[in-house]
Amino acid sequence: MKKFDYVIKDEIGIHARPAGLLVKEAKKYESKITMEANGKKAEATKLMLIMAMGIKCGQTVTVQVEGADEEIAYENIKKFFEDNI
Amino acid sequence: MERYQGKTVYKGIAVGNVVVQKSNEQQVKRTKIENAAEEIARVEAAVLIAQTQLQKLYDKAVKEVGEASAAIFEVHQMMLEDSDYQDAIQNMIQTELVNGSYAVSMIGDNFSEMFATMDDDYMKARAADVKDISNRLVRVLDGVEDIDWSTMEPSIILADDLSPSETVQMDKDKILAFVTVHGSTNSHTAILARMMNIPALIGVPMDLDQIRTGDQAIVDGIEGALILHPTEEQLQLAQNQIQIEQEKLQLLQTLKGKENVTSDGRSINLYANIGCVSDVAYVMENDAGGIGLFRSEFLYLGREDFPTEEEQFQSYKQVLQMMAGKKVIIRTLDIGADKQVDYFELGKEDNPALGYRAIRICLKQPDIFKTQLRALLRASVYGNLSVMYPMIISAEEVKEIQKIVAEVERELDEEEIPYKRPEQGIMIETPAAALISDELAEMVDFFSIGTNDLTQYTLAIDRQNQRLEDFYNPHHKAVLKLIQMVVDNAHKCGIWAGICGELGADQELTETFVNMGLDELSVAPSMVLKLRKIIRAM
Repeated sequence: MKKFDYVIKDEIGIHARPAGLLVKEAKKYESKITMEANGKKAEATKLMLIMAMGIKCGQTVTVQVEGADEEIAYENIKKFFEDNI
Repeated sequence: MERYQGKTVYKGIAVGNVVVQKSNEQQVKRTKIENAAEEIARVEAAVLIAQTQLQKLYDKAVKEVGEASAAIFEVHQMMLEDSDYQDAIQNMIQTELVNGSYAVSMIGDNFSEMFATMDDDYMKARAADVKDISNRLVRVLDGVEDIDWSTMEPSIILADDLSPSETVQMDKDKILAFVTVHGSTNSHTAILARMMNIPALIGVPMDLDQIRTGDQAIVDGIEGALILHPTEEQLQLAQNQIQIEQEKLQLLQTLKGKENVTSDGRSINLYANIGCVSDVAYVMENDAGGIGLFRSEFLYLGREDFPTEEEQFQSYKQVLQMMAGKKVIIRTLDIGADKQVDYFELGKEDNPALGYRAIRICLKQPDIFKTQLRALLRASVYGNLSVMYPMIISAEEVKEIQKIVAEVERELDEEEIPYKRPEQGIMIETPAAALISDELAEMVDFFSIGTNDLTQYTLAIDRQNQRLEDFYNPHHKAVLKLIQMVVDNAHKCGIWAGICGELGADQELTETFVNMGLDELSVAPSMVLKLRKIIRAM
């Protein structure tokens, strides 16, 4: 299991389009990817739930990656956050 | 044959088949089903069809308005794919044995409610997206056909009313006429009809549920009538009238390239109003001397987030380059009042026309304003740009604008980004601005009189309120007196004054305006040659 914290830079927070792209990225991996913020938790493959978390700019999300391909998934998801959100 | 009487907002005659544009809201019935697996399969198939529709919409939007504006359709595809959403629908069908469209509609409402109750305004607005995808699915399931613009024959569009976001999706080459049940003479539909030079009727008491897409009809914009299932005789008559109109149009074409000069040598500039880059084609076709009003707010409509500086820069630059040195007057953002955009989060107001709109938004939220100004100043390098600011009521506002423009210039200097200061003017569309136009004339390069708002504010008549249309006299002496005052004050300070409202295209007033000394009239492209004809006959 691997874990990282990320502070949201995008002014609108995790809005629809990046959330959608995140879902696409997360679906590429076997590993279970979970996000936690605001006391809410959601799998990174669930668009509506991620949006419903209402994560805003400046808030910290804890992302947890667990599964067979967690090494590569961790690297790519982390990079995805840095590039897009 | 059935005849419906309405009100003409743009004259002309059209004959063709109708397309009934149903609004997105519809009644969904609950029915009991026998076989849940079959119904689930039907929903799955509908999801695939909806995905294809969205992909087509996305591709079309990318081509026409750019990738950023098209993103909404991509987001809709992603939402449609959401496993929780799909699982919930399937689960409801399975456990309650209800029809697919009912399940979709209920689950759609639940998810939509989840967003609507969030304390984040951006997410609140997503409730509409969930509703939208659910409605799309329901339409597919119930066999309500979406208009497929790519294969559609040119048609007469019948609708309850049309919003800007609905018309964005339309293929303009395929529209013969607009006929709506609601809407006012100054509505978006009316502006679009004038731009496209096609007949349009509003306030037509037709029952859209009784009219089928494909029925033949005549739109008589001279009599203000919609005739469904016309007789042979009526068709023949309409065809003859179309013929006569076309011959008149051809006669007007001979005026292309000629000057707008009266027989005693007085001249006036005739420019055109546009709303988007593709409208420049109409400007050229009708031989306008320039663009007198580019409504930049249309870059902000029909999308889910602010257009970036780069997007705006590209649009402005494109228009300037296409106009090749001819004057292009771009009006800064005029949102608010009757033009609402979700992501501005303007909230409800008791008196939107007297509310938070246009320059007031720009001065209160300078970030939005600065982005637009940066794009404008940068684009200015590529042609003959003028910028004008809407809804001014005081000299202080003009000073504030000048301060912000100076700030933007300093920033661009520091970043070593090339720009040019455009000619800068203000719209005179409040009685306040007209009354102090002597003072304002010393601060700006030109005046453009926005007669729609000036009339509304002078006469205290809401232009959206159809019941007041009988009280609305666009030729009211008070308005004409204000216009004369503005022109005189402009000329005393050596600046020019024009009109960019609907009144500028009023052929009964063209002579009056020339006599008043106006320097410019900016009108719908289709009106340019008609006015030229009047001026040359003076």
